[in-house]
Amino acid sequence: MSTTPFNQTLDRLRDTRFWKSIFRRGPARTNRTRSLAIFGNIFLHILPVKVREKSLRARATYYLGSFSFFLFVVLSITGALLMLYYHPATPQAYRDMKDLRFVVSNGVFLRNLHRLAAQAMVLAVFWHMFHVFYRGGYRPPHEFNWVVGVVLLLLTLFLSYTGYLLPWDQLAFWAITVGTNIISAMPVLGKQVRFQLLGGNLVGENALLRFYVLHCVVLPLLAVVFIAVHFWRIQKDGGLTVPEDDERKN
Amino acid sequence: MSEKTDYEAGLGSNALKNPQRIVFITKKTSAKVKGDVGKQLMSYPHVILREAIAFQLLVIAMVLVALLWDAPLEQLANPLLTPNPAKAPWYFLGLQELLHYFPPLVAGIIIPTLVVVGLIVIPYFNVNIQGKPLWATNPAGRLRVVIATLAALVIVLSVFRAWTVLVPTFVIGGLLLFSYPAPSGDRNSGQFLGSRPISWWVMTWFIVVALTLTLVGTFFRGPGWSWVWPWSSHGA
Ligand code: HEM
Repeated sequence: MSTTPFNQTLDRLRDTRFWKSIFRRGPARTNRTRSLAIFGNIFLHILPVKVREKSLRARATYYLGSFSFFLFVVLSITGALLMLYYHPATPQAYRDMKDLRFVVSNGVFLRNLHRLAAQAMVLAVFWHMFHVFYRGGYRPPHEFNWVVGVVLLLLTLFLSYTGYLLPWDQLAFWAITVGTNIISAMPVLGKQVRFQLLGGNLVGENALLRFYVLHCVVLPLLAVVFIAVHFWRIQKDGGLTVPEDDERKN
Repeated sequence: MSEKTDYEAGLGSNALKNPQRIVFITKKTSAKVKGDVGKQLMSYPHVILREAIAFQLLVIAMVLVALLWDAPLEQLANPLLTPNPAKAPWYFLGLQELLHYFPPLVAGIIIPTLVVVGLIVIPYFNVNIQGKPLWATNPAGRLRVVIATLAALVIVLSVFRAWTVLVPTFVIGGLLLFSYPAPSGDRNSGQFLGSRPISWWVMTWFIVVALTLTLVGTFFRGPGWSWVWPWSSHGA
């Protein structure tokens, strides 16, 4: 691997005491140190140390689960930046949107990226679920990870939906009004559930605050927890399901 | 999932000795587990590298689109000014389309609940796990059940005039009947459709209906939820 001057420098860096003190290992030249690179790292140890070559082929997953996760990462970063310019109050929230457009440097770009990634994540998660279904990825011992997936789907939809209200424009207000009216159709509890969600009988400033807290704190935290369980279960369940065609051939 | 006999556990997982992972093997459907694992690769660097490349491609694509497309922002929220139509976000427009045909309790509560419950229980039914072709056993009897189910579905949907559900149901139902093996043994429907399990048909029907409803709700619905063409002046 290490032939170019860049790689040689990198390898020398990896041999320093400082590098080793951080990563608990030197360069990963042998399978032993490569294993260490995975399970000796708090973030990577959620992955298996080795994987089947067949499950790494693009058509095994189309990286749809990975893309779902990466979009979640992009959303967390752009979301944190957006929070710096946002007040969950009426009508200040709407003015903040205007400021993002006309005052904040690259504010439009920031908002575009967040909104785009949000749409893409809903798409990616649905597509991932259907792809997992068609390759039989829900079969034992993966049953429970499928259930965890359904929870993640609901979290993704709810994240997207709570974020939809935050700009406090006509689009936001009426989409949430239409949506939450449906909840009233629920027998017995409908009115109460809607009242709790909105903090009132109408979509107003209490609703904005509640959706803000759900969108920026509660739901992302839940999503992180369930994503962690989802990934950990892939490893514990013995790796991914390989599409049948690939399983038969070599 | 309920019968214990479906599984065999490999024992010998004394963690103090040589740690081994317990492998659960299904007796009937263990083609996946029993088969040769084939070549394996170290996650570092093979998985890490691929994921890093996927991440970079994604970010590049996102940045490009975010430079060209602008997030919408309308007028300040005004509870006194109802837009017509007031639309939910696109991923709920399928539901809104259903609400146009069915009472709110059915379209807004019962159907979504059934969908979520249906998704959760998929892996806990052996039919879905074994995935045997629908027509493999007792084809004539199953054909009768299929026809009765389709007929009931078509009648209910017609009573509610839910024709944006009806059309995709006709298409998938038609393909399902078409996939029935001809008595002569001549496989007119081709190997692919003829060998699909029931779970495949139900999921495909669900996806096609959901897609149709979402597209119709997004592009073909105007004031009062009336039908509009996306290119007519009413649209958008
Ligand atoms: C935030 C949402 C989600 C994220 C970040 C995510 C992430 C992932 C990743 C990275 C994988 C590895 C392989 C692949 O890409 O296919 C995976 C596998 C899997 N996912 Fe998801 N997922 C999400 C939602 C879902 C949903 C909605 C379902 C289904 C209801 C689901 C069910 C599964 C199952 C069963 C596997 C194992 C598949 C196999 O054994 O082949 N996931 N997920």
